[in-house]
Parts: sequence; C-alpha cells; structure tokens
Amino acid sequence: MFEILEKTQYSNTVYKFRVAAPAMARKAQAGQFLMVRINEEGERVPFTFADWNREEGWIEFIFMVIGATTQELSKLEASDTILDITGPLGQPTEMKRQRWAVIGGGVGLAIAYPVARALCEAGSEVSVIMGARTKELLILQRQFEELPLKHLFITTDDGSAGEKGVVTAPLERLCTEGVIDEVFAVGPVPMMKFSSFTCDKYNIPIVASLNPIMVDGTGMCGCCRVTVDGETKFACVDGPDFNGSKVDWDDLCARQGSYRTEEQEANNYARKYHEEGCACQS
Amino acid sequence: MPIVDGKYKANNKDPRVAANEVPAEIRAHNFDPVDTGYTTENAIEEANRCLDCKKPQCVSGCPVGINIPEFIRHIREGDMAAGLATIREASMLPSVCGRVCPQENQCEGNCILNRTGDDPIAIGQLERFLGDMTPSIGATPVCKPSNGKKVAVIGSGPSGIACAGELARAGFEVTVFEAFQTGGGVLTYGIPEFRLPKEIVKREIEGLCDLGVTFEYNAVAGRLYDEKDFFGSLGFDALYIAVGAGLPKFLNIPGENLPGVFCANEYLTRVNLMKANKFPEYATPIKHGKNVVVFGGGNVAMDAARTALRLRADSVTLAYRRSEKEMPARIAELHHAKEEGVAVMELVSPLEFIAGEDGFVEKVKLEKMELGEPDESGRRRPVRIPGSEFELACDVAITAIGTNANPFAAMTAPVKLNKWGYIETDENGRTSDERIWAGGDIVTGAATVILAMGAGKKAAASMIEVLS
Repeated sequence: MFEILEKTQYSNTVYKFRVAAPAMARKAQAGQFLMVRINEEGERVPFTFADWNREEGWIEFIFMVIGATTQELSKLEASDTILDITGPLGQPTEMKRQRWAVIGGGVGLAIAYPVARALCEAGSEVSVIMGARTKELLILQRQFEELPLKHLFITTDDGSAGEKGVVTAPLERLCTEGVIDEVFAVGPVPMMKFSSFTCDKYNIPIVASLNPIMVDGTGMCGCCRVTVDGETKFACVDGPDFNGSKVDWDDLCARQGSYRTEEQEANNYARKYHEEGCACQS
Repeated sequence: MPIVDGKYKANNKDPRVAANEVPAEIRAHNFDPVDTGYTTENAIEEANRCLDCKKPQCVSGCPVGINIPEFIRHIREGDMAAGLATIREASMLPSVCGRVCPQENQCEGNCILNRTGDDPIAIGQLERFLGDMTPSIGATPVCKPSNGKKVAVIGSGPSGIACAGELARAGFEVTVFEAFQTGGGVLTYGIPEFRLPKEIVKREIEGLCDLGVTFEYNAVAGRLYDEKDFFGSLGFDALYIAVGAGLPKFLNIPGENLPGVFCANEYLTRVNLMKANKFPEYATPIKHGKNVVVFGGGNVAMDAARTALRLRADSVTLAYRRSEKEMPARIAELHHAKEEGVAVMELVSPLEFIAGEDGFVEKVKLEKMELGEPDESGRRRPVRIPGSEFELACDVAITAIGTNANPFAAMTAPVKLNKWGYIETDENGRTSDERIWAGGDIVTGAATVILAMGAGKKAAASMIEVLS
C-alpha cells in the first residue's frame, strides 16, 4: 500500500500525486517510470516520475484524466492509498551536457518538466517548447518559468495562450538558428513524429520518450513493443527513450489504438457503476 | 487394501483410475478446473495398483526425489496426513506439481508397470490429491532455530519458492523479492486458472509465510534494489536469483506489430494475472477474437489456444510448423485442447500478418512445410514448400514460440552470463560471485516447473552448506 501524501490539481483534468515510497525515491532518475495499480480490480498503468525526494522518501507523478482508470485515480485524495506502485522502470534519460530543446505536448509536459530540470541541473543550456490543445491543458507553466531556461516557447492549437499553432514552428526556428545540439520530445505520437521530421530536416538528433500501452512494464509481455530502426524494441526495458528519427511512428500509432473500443466500454461501465451508487463522494 | 496370504498384493492389472474431467463441451466455455481431481475412493483404488517396488524407478524419474512408493503406501493405508508429510519432505508444491509436471516423462514414465504392459500409476493425480488436502490436514511448520543468516530470493516463481522453503526450514531468515503485485511467477501469470487455480498458488505461498518467509511485492530487483543494497543496507548474506526466462521471442515477420497480434505472454498475462476475462469489472481489457490463430506447439501455445476458446472465440486454430508428433506440448494438453475444439493445422509457417481496413489484423499469410532431416533437437526439420502460400482469416493472432532470459538478471548483480543472457553457475547453482546463487529458467532457459524447483532445492542445499 502506498499513501498519497499530497494531491495537486493543475486543471480540470490534470493532477499530481505525491506518494510515500522511500525505496523508490532513492532510485528514481529522470525519464524513468512507475506502474500503478489502484486496487484489486485495477489495471497496471505507467506514469513517468515527475519528481522525487530521496531524503523525505516520496515520489511524484502527474496524470491527465483520459480513461476509466485515470478517472478513478483522480478521485483519490491525500491520505488515501494506492494498492501497488512498481518502479523505477525503464532507462533513465541520458543527460548530456550540451544545448537542448525540450518539447512537451499535453500531458507529456509532466514528463518534459523533470527532464528539463535535470538537464538544467547538469549544466546544460536548455530551451523549452510547451504545447497543448488549449490554455487549460498547458500544465506546469509556472514550474517551467522558474527554471533557468534559455528560451521558453508556448504554443496552443487554438491560440488561447502563446502562439497559435504547433510545437514544430518554434522548433524549426531553433533549428535554423543553429542554437541547439539535441532535442528531447514527449507527448502525443503525432507531435513526436512531426518533431522528429523537423529534426531530420536539420540533421539534429532527437530523443523521443514513447508511451505505448503496457501490461507488466518489466519486459515480460511485449505489449509495448515498438519498431526502431527496423528492430523490435520494448519501450519498458529498452526505452522509453528512443532515437526519434528511427521510430516507426505509424506502427506505434496503430498499437496505441488497440483498445479504443474497450476503453469506451470501461468508461461506460465506470459511469454506470457510479450512477448506481458507488461509495465515492463526487 | 488387497491382501493375499497375509501380504499386500497390488491390483496392477486393474486399469488406471480415470481422471475426473469435466466434459469438453462444458469446460471449454469457463475457466473452472478441467480436472476436478481424485476422490478418496479413487485415490485408494489407484494406490492399490502400486507394486511398491523394492527399487522404485519412479523416484529416480522425479527431479526432486519425492519418496513416491511411501506416500502411495500411506494413501493405501488411509493415512493422508503421513502421505502429505512424505511429499513435503521433498517438495514445497505438491498441488502445483501434481497438476503441471510432465509425469509421463518423469515418475510415471519410469513406472515399472509401463514395462509389463500395464497402465503406469497415476502418480501426478495421487500427489495432487494429497496436496489438495493441505487445508484440512494442515501443514505444521517445522523450522530449525534461527541461524542468524539472511538470504534474499529474487523472484517468487517455482524455483524461488522451493529455495525459500528449504532455507526457511534450515533456520535462515528469507525475504522473497517479487516484481509483480502477487507471487507465483509463471504459476500466476503463465498457467491458466483452468489448469492451475490461483487459489492453490496463493495457498502454497501462504504456506511459505507460515515458515516465516517474508514477501516483498512490487520490488523489481536491479531497479528498486541492487547488489549494493542487498549486501549493504539490507544486510543479506547471500542472494538466490530466480527471475526466469520471461522475455518473449517474436517471429520477426511483417505485420507482427499490428493490433490484434499478441505474444502468448501478453495474452496470458492479461487473463491470468490481470483477469481480463472479467473486463470491465476488472480494468484490464483483452481482444475477444472470432477467429483466433495460435502459432507454436508447446504447452504455452495450448494454454493460449484454450484460453481463446474460453474467451468465446468461434474458431481457434493451432498452427505448427512441424507435425503433431513433434509438438513439444504434453500429450494430455494437446488432447484436452483438441477435445475442447481447438483445430490443429500441421506443417505451416506464418509469413505475414495483414491488416484490414480498420488497421487491425484481418488475416495471416502462411506457407506449407514438409519435414526434412532431423535437426539438433532430433526432431525432423521443417522445410518450406515454395509456392504453397495461402491466407487464413484471423482477428486475433497469438505467437507462442518461446522466451529469452529475463533482462533483469544482468541488472540484479554483475554475475557472469552466457552469450544468451542466462546466468552461468556450477552444478550447485553458484555463480561467478560467491555470495550469489541462481537457478531455474534464468540458468537453464525455459524448462519445467519441477526442474526449476529442483534447482531451487539444490542451490538451497549448497547455501546451507556454505553459510552454516
């Protein structure tokens, strides 16, 4: 059992949990993830570490409500417990000291933030591009602003904050100016795909942090397999970071949609369960 | 007990007492046990067939050396508690092994009755019968006084369980570190409920807890704790690494990553560990295929095919590149699968998975094979027949073509590995680091539950000798 120490709400759908997990806090590194199972009936869902404190023995992760499981998670409050948390899993992000552009899209901003922070701490020159559909989904802006960044770009699809458009516009500017050595991108598949295409055009290496569907997260089931440079890789043990130029994006995109029908079914079930009088207060 | 002239005389000419199997047409649609096990009358009747050999061959066929004639004698005499105690001297998991051991190649294969043209004794059934009586008999934990030594066992599969049990009984303080939320390893995520109910695995693990073994779940060795932690802050004197060979192999053919194409590990883990058959009450989903094709000929392929039937598939086809005769699966498993309605397609090999308009797998392109010369395994090698390609409709495809070493082996501690990533050990399971032992599939590659248990016992004996 893992106790929730603190719950932070960033928007209608985005939350952060701080959870007591002393052993995990001692080992967590930027770019790694954990698997959460809320209760006995729960599925195992991966979340990237947003932060941790080795002395105080806690870890944090940020999530956006997108399906039945994240909906249920969002109803938990401080002092509630989560049945199972496993981690740290995956390879840490490589912290080369150089000029970086870190791109975070949507809930990917929750992963981009600790990476940007770790890169700053490692003495790199870091620019950040934040992207979201709309202002409401632009999470962690204040935290990003507090980092010693070279540049901070903000884009929204609807223009409700920052520049109207997608992350590849500021990325293209950084590339043409020749002020970055490498790019780290995390977010929706199309965002990572087109960021990679942009980087390829300028011959700038790009690391993409992938988020395929997982079951065990320890290299045992192969559900999270992705094709990288023509080879089958497991995001959970070989990644989640891969060379974005080599990822088969269409393959990944198709696999992401494997359970769309079932996700709908799960949402309906949760709603029905809720309406018929579950114990929750909301 | 049959007595002639004041002496026991075996009814060895009687036919073997048949297993109590649920009719195929009923069991193929639920996850309940296929075989409900012997009744007491069945067990005694079968025990009365045993010749009680002076030099029992069955024991030499058992990887953990259970005193088989002795426990059968106890059944015959109606002393089930004594029979169970006899088994437990050698094996931690009678209910499990009675169900999943390949007895036909081990104890039963060695039974002298095979040579006299009679049916061998149903040793697996009898072992299971006693094992399943554990809740009513109770297992009194007998442990030596603490010797003050601490051992960490990495992995709670059959090998880890066997090792932990032996060590606890010898007076060691044992902690088992398990990556998943629940124990049992392959017994839990791999073998389906209808073949091995999870209640039984749970009960066997509780038996270990009664011996004083501690389990730490959600603990991925090599990630959450490393070698420095185990021997440093956690204060262990030795490690037993039994992380298994869980990394699935793939066919490496086009379309293998299409939605709807699974490896058996994923398909079975979703159902066995995460209970996806109870979706949406349980949150993990699974694809319910209409036409399911399973690739492979081993026990895992059988488990996947039979699981697909229970998930209400219209048709399940087992596609194998050699002929039925060469299948590595247990004969009983293949027999059960066919009885339940799994169709076997021999001598075919997949070339490509093809997507339909919705992007999900819709069909598979196959090629026919013929058998050539025997290969290293002694089985005749499948050879492709050019121009024999054909297509088969499938909306769920499952590959069950074997596994590789678990990648966490290397991360747990810097022990010497072979070129395939398996841990190198001596005959006692000792690795290149004298504080670390290893055993089970992570040393041998994918094998059986009982061999993994045997390795756990052997390593425990070596640890007891070295550390005491």
